[in-house]
This record gives sequence, C-alpha cells and structure tokens, in this order.
Amino acid sequence: MDAAAPSLSPSRAAGFARGVWPLLAAAGFGLAMQFWVGPAAGPFPTTVMMQVGIAIILAVSLNIVNGFTGQFSIGHAGFMAVGGYVAATCTFYGGMIQWESPGRYGGFLGLGEWLMVAGSLLGGGFAAGLGYVVGLPSLRLRGDYLAIVTLGFGEIVRVLLQRTGKQLFVKADLGTDDFKVWPPPLGGAQGFKELPTYTNMFWVWLFAAITIFAAYRIKTSSTGRAFLSIREDEIAARAMGIDIAKYKVRAFVVAAFFAGVAGGLYGHSGVNMAPGDAGFQRSFEFVIMVVLGGMGSISGVTLAAIVLGALPELLRNPNALGAAWPYALGAVVLGYAASKLLRKRWMTTLGTFLLVGGSVALGLAIFGKIGVWMKADLSQYRMVLYSLLLILVMIFRPKGLFGVHEVWDFFRSREATPPPKLEAGGMTP
Amino acid sequence: MADFLQILLTAVTLGSLYALISLGYTMVYGILKFINFAHSDVFVLGAWVSFTVATWLVAAINIEPGKAPWWLGVLVLIAAMSTCGIIGFLIERLAYKPLRKAPRLNVLITAIGVSLLLQNFGQLQFGDLGGKTSPVATGPIEPAPRVGQITLAQPLRLVDQQSYVAVARRPDGSVHTFKSPDGEERREVRIVAPSGPYKAGETLGLGDPFIDVAGGETFEVSRVLPLRLPFGSRPQRMPSVLPDRAINESTLARGTPAVSELPGNIVLNTPVTIEPNRQYRVDLIKANGEREPLTVIDEPGDFPTGDLMVVPLVEPEMLAGATYKLIRSPQVRIQLVDVAIVASAVLLLIALDILVFRSKLGTAMRAVSFNFETASLMGIPVDRVISFTFVTGAVLAGGAGFLNALKYPGLNIPAHEGWVLLGLKAFVAAVVGGIGNLRGAVLGGFLIAMIEAFGSFYINPALADVYVFSILIIVLLVKPTGLLGSPVREKV
Repeated sequence: MDAAAPSLSPSRAAGFARGVWPLLAAAGFGLAMQFWVGPAAGPFPTTVMMQVGIAIILAVSLNIVNGFTGQFSIGHAGFMAVGGYVAATCTFYGGMIQWESPGRYGGFLGLGEWLMVAGSLLGGGFAAGLGYVVGLPSLRLRGDYLAIVTLGFGEIVRVLLQRTGKQLFVKADLGTDDFKVWPPPLGGAQGFKELPTYTNMFWVWLFAAITIFAAYRIKTSSTGRAFLSIREDEIAARAMGIDIAKYKVRAFVVAAFFAGVAGGLYGHSGVNMAPGDAGFQRSFEFVIMVVLGGMGSISGVTLAAIVLGALPELLRNPNALGAAWPYALGAVVLGYAASKLLRKRWMTTLGTFLLVGGSVALGLAIFGKIGVWMKADLSQYRMVLYSLLLILVMIFRPKGLFGVHEVWDFFRSREATPPPKLEAGGMTP
Repeated sequence: MADFLQILLTAVTLGSLYALISLGYTMVYGILKFINFAHSDVFVLGAWVSFTVATWLVAAINIEPGKAPWWLGVLVLIAAMSTCGIIGFLIERLAYKPLRKAPRLNVLITAIGVSLLLQNFGQLQFGDLGGKTSPVATGPIEPAPRVGQITLAQPLRLVDQQSYVAVARRPDGSVHTFKSPDGEERREVRIVAPSGPYKAGETLGLGDPFIDVAGGETFEVSRVLPLRLPFGSRPQRMPSVLPDRAINESTLARGTPAVSELPGNIVLNTPVTIEPNRQYRVDLIKANGEREPLTVIDEPGDFPTGDLMVVPLVEPEMLAGATYKLIRSPQVRIQLVDVAIVASAVLLLIALDILVFRSKLGTAMRAVSFNFETASLMGIPVDRVISFTFVTGAVLAGGAGFLNALKYPGLNIPAHEGWVLLGLKAFVAAVVGGIGNLRGAVLGGFLIAMIEAFGSFYINPALADVYVFSILIIVLLVKPTGLLGSPVREKV
C-alpha cells in the first residue's frame, strides 16, 4: 500500500550523487589550480593564491555565524589557531615518530600530505568542540556581549599557546625528561617552527571549494533558513518553533570546524605559526572580509576575501598597481555606459559591477601612483585603508557590498518575480 | 603581610586606571547602548599625547631627568585630556552620528573600524617633524687636525636621551652646505657624544666631519626638539615628570661622610642599626648636586659612630664635598606615582559624580540614557548631550592614558595587544559592575584589578588575562546585568 505513495525523499542513488558530485568538482578544481593555474602563474603568485584560498575558507565559514545567523563572533582566528596547532602536532611529532624526521615526507598526494589532511580534519574537530563551548554563551548573550566573549576566547587561546613548552626537534628527546605532556611542547611564544610544507594549491582550493559548497547547501537548507530567521528576529523565530539554542550552537560548531581545517592548511603553508595568529587582529581581518562582502552573501564574501587577500601584495608593489590605471578607467567608462544605456537587466547589472569594480581599481591605481610619487611604503597603509572602508561601508551601504544576495541574484531580471500588487483599500473579495 | 599590602597597593593603583577607562565605556553604553570599541584607543592616544607633549616640554625648557617641576605633569595631563576630548568629539560626529538609527550590529562594526583606524593610523611612519632650539653653544671651527670634532668655547651640558645637531655658519650668516662622505648634501651634522657636562675646551664628536669648509666659519650646536605625531611606529619611553621615589622611606642617618682609606666604604657619623631582611640605600649628594643612589650590602647588626659601612661602587673621590643620606626602604613601598594616580583618579571621579548627579547637564544625560525619544520631547538637545557624553568619556580616558604612562613609562606601539587587553579589561570591569551604571564601573574596575593582582601573585602571573576573561564569562552567564546593573526586560 506504500508502493503507490510518491516518495518525498530522493532515492539513495540520487542522494549519493548529490553528496559526491561537489566533492568531485572540488577535486577537479583543485587539480586544475595545482597543475594549470599554479605553474602558469609562477611561484610567488602561487603562494599568494594559497593564502587567498585559506582566507576564503575562513571568511566563508565565519559568514555562517556572522552572516547567516547574525551572531557577532570576533574570535574566529582562535579556532583557526587551535586547528592549526592540532594539525601541526600531528604532522610534526607524528612525522617524527613515523619517519624519524619532522620534515616533509612523500610527494604530491603522498603519505605526508594525507597525514596533514587527517591532522587538519582532527584540528577541525577540536575547533568544532571548542565552537560548541563558545557557542553556549551565545544562548544568553547577543550583539556586543557575544562579541566580547568570542574576543576573550581568542585571547585566552593566544595566552595559553604562549605558555606552551619548548619545541623538541630530535626524536631521541621524546623519551627523555625534556618531553612533557603539560605544558605541551608547541614552541611557546616563539611559535611552532619548521613545520613541513605540505599545503599546496590542490588541498587549499579543494577545501575552499568544499567550504563554499557546504555554505551554499547550508544556506538553502532548512537549517540555513532557521539561521536566517534567527538573524532577522530571534523572538519571531522562536515563535515559529525554531530551537534557537540548537541552531546557534550548530552555526558556531560548523564555522569552527572549517576554521580549524583552514588553520591546518595555514600551518603547513610555509609560514611560522605563532600564538599571535589566534589574536583578535587576525580575527578582525576575516570580520572585515565578511562585512565588506555582505553579511550572508557567500559569493560576496568570497570576492572580498580574494580582493583583500591579494591587496597586501598589490600594495607592496605600487608600480604595478599604478600601471593598472588605464584598464581601471576603461572599466569605469564601459561600466557607466553599460549601466545607463543598455536595457537588458543582466547587462545593466554587469555594467554596474564594472563601474563599481573599476572605481575601486581606479582608486587603488591612483593610490599606487601617489605611492610611487612619494616613494612611500604603501603596505603600512593597508589596515588604515581597511578600517576606513569598514566605516564608510557601514555608513553608506550598511549590509555590505552584496547584502544577503549572491552575485548572480543581481543578474536575474526583476520581471521574473513581480512584487505582489495590493489594491488600495486592502484585499478585494 | 608586607607582600599582601604591596599587592593591594598595586591593585588600588591599577583599579583607579581601570575605573577611569571603564567609566567611558559605561557612559556611552548607558546612552547609546553600544560598546564603544574605540574607547581604549582613545586611552592609548592619551598616553601617546602625554609622551609627545612631555618629551617636547622637557626638551624645550631643558629639564634634566628627574628634576621636573610639579606643574609639568599638570600641563601634560591637561594636554592629553583636551586632545582626547577633541578626538572623542570628532569620532562621535563623523562615525557614530550618521548611524544613530542603524541596527546595533552596524554601530558595533563601525566602532571596530574606528578602533582599527586609530590603531593603525597611529603607527604610520611620518618621520620626525622636529624643530630646533636656538643655539646652545657656538664657537669657531678649527679645521685641522681633527675634522670630526668641534671644540667648545663655553661649557655645555648634553641632556640624556636628547639629540643635538651642529651647523657651520659662514661669516655672512648663511649656513654652509657640504657633501657628506655618503654623497648626500647636508646642512647639519649630528653630535655623537655621551650625555653629561662638558667644560670649555673639551671636544664633541660629530656624526659626519665638517669637510670642505672655507675657513672662518663658526659652528652652532642646537638641541633637536622632538615633535612627532602623538602615536608612534616604535616603542618609546615616557620621560619622567615625577621623581621616582617612595614617599614613606625613612632616613636613618645623614651628614658628611668621612673619607675612608678603603674604597667601597663610608664612615658613619651617627650610630645605626641594620635590621635583617630590609633594604638599605645610601643616597650620595655630590658636590655638583647630582644624586647617586647606592645599595648597602653590609651584614645586619649595630653600627656605632665612626664605623665603616660597606657600600660598593663608592670611590674616595666621589666623597669630596658630598653629603650622604642612609635610607631604609619601606616594606610596603608607596611610590609618589601611585599617590599621584590614586589622587587624580579620585578627584576626577568626584568631579564626574558632581557633573552627572548634581548638575543640569548631568540630569539631561541621565534623561537621555533613560529614554532617548522622551528626552528629546522634553526639549533636551539630545545630540549635544550625546556629544558631551563622548567628550567626557574621552577626557577621562585621556587622563587615564597620562596616568598609565606615568606608572608604566614603556609605551608600546598603538596596535600592541597589551594596550587592547588593558582596554578590554576596563570594559570587563564595566560589565562586571553593571554596564550603564557609573558606580558599578568604579566598583568593577577595582574588583578586576584585585583579581588580576592577587591572582597573578598567588596563583600564576602568566594567566592574569585568563582570570579576567573567565570572570567576564562567569558574570555574563550568571548575572548578565552585572553587580549593580538593573535588569532589562526584553520587549517584542
């Protein structure tokens, strides 16, 4: 008798496909970045692109808490640092025990890299556990108070990491009295040094793509709608039967997991991971990406992470920045013409995007020219620029560049979904 | 017991600072219901303005270290408070006022933006904007035999931690331009010589030699007036505007020490008893008026008149014409700085209390904080009152910045996490006391300082910040309104 009833849930095969194709696509994207984009761009742009990819993971995951759910967390770097330190412990000491030396082991997709991935996922798990703990106060606190608690969390992580013990570099030391479980030998204030560099374009962009997919799936799921409703109005959401506590904590846990994974990738990307990475200044960088891109907009935040992630390198090279002015000016003119003259909505939208992007680029180019002219070190102005942008965006475009919308939402024609028209005098029979 | 009292004293000093800062947080929160994240940066600005003004004044009126007149501190305090007041006014006008009706999250993000702006603008490198004093020494340049030196025609004193430059002036009054060895054209060279007094006829070393002078030039040495922007791109040290001295130490003996044949000893001219476990010091006031503190390392016991007391580093020639004071350090050392901090904090707190609870403006402030719209209907100029609140908070923060620079003269760069942590702890104090409540902020300030000071002494100094933040989380979870705060009902 059930046979005739149409099943509401998709078949097992369809569900499997739904789960697997993003992974395959992400892997394909990662491989393309690794073997095509990376070699074509050269070694230095590759490192920049890797840092941009890590910034995307962090910003998009922070967007789940700050954008979707409307909670204001400024302790995201704390989760990143926890994940990074856990993953680094796995590869450094794990590698030391397994392969005698903590250095790099195995080639592309070799055992060492898999250890890094496993460590990063474990780090993500640790971070997610902490995310649960940090999420709990969010049940009673909101807005400013929650911001302070998350900030305090990041600071506590930083202070605790500073108090860790001396790092051991030789396997023989592990058996001696030098080895202590508490405080763990994670390098203290000097940072966790000489970590093997396992992170490459493939892993970074694989995880970046997975994070974006996951965020998009969450946003369009019932969980995501619950998040958004909490953001819009907590009391109304509760009245609609949404378990606020559950969803708030869930947002923190998911975001913290991805931050932890990003920390693992960051730690193995050839940087010196230090307790300062858990501090609020790192957290603010990701908050700025989320706020500028648009709180709730995955594509907007991704775009902001790309621009802001690459900006420091551009500012370090004012000549190249200044030389871009003809292109920027061209984009502005073209964009203005397109947005004013063309009729089709997607064309005017494209024109507006060109206009806005071109104006920003033109501003940066002029800034670069000034830098060349004054022989000034522009990279010191980076945070000044960011903070001014933050204030101006809040005053003139309070929801960020894209608001809750995705980039492609702007290309859809308005006529497709006409707003409901109401007759004067209310409803007619 | 002595330890306990000493830590209590530290806690009270620190608590006064926290109280002054947390008042600014709580006042703004009381009126606008948002955390002014930039408040702690205004406090940092206060410290840096104090540094700038103090170094400039010390250089301009040529004050030797440790001999600042009492009004110098007052002048610096007023400069710091007024600068911070102006900045506070500008912040409110330009950043927060356009957002008066925006959601609170936006205001919070703007506040973070302002905070980042102040921090990062503050450590841009603008270079030295310094001017120079009128020449402090002049004399003829004698080219040979050493062109890297100038010979003083009159006595000169090079003050510690200040830089001096020399120019070569031609007989017609113009300044000579010469090529330095690295090929650049210079008009002035740096003096490279240790600080201290120089007699006429002594020589001063130069960073670059005066070369290719035609002859007949005279040199002019001037002191460089440090004139930096208030913030700094590198750590600096606040010049002392108060003598570094405990107010409760006791002088056991004083007089002219007899010259001993053994170096490292002085001969006492009064009987003295040295107690175990106490610190003793001899202050030697030399013939030229310099004070030289020297530690006593003798065994405890009774010393009759004429006995020798072991004071290392004493040389017989130092004793010529000198007087000495044998001083016993107190068990609980009350520094002049501590007294100044607590006294200024108490004065400022009383002034604020009178302002808020006894004046018409204060009544307006309380009315606005009670209900924004009703207050404006009652004819209260809400915008002006809000501006005034910001200015008051910023002025208090500026004062706290000055006092902090007095107590901890090593100033970090503005974005240093130490500063932000200090500001955050003051915020925690405001929350613990009940945000929006002025007396709660003061109570919270002292409470947090006690927890920090005693926690780091009796448990673990490394974790002082962790205690403070744990207290915050506990208070927020157990009694979110704070100790003295009134509960707020959530309305739909």
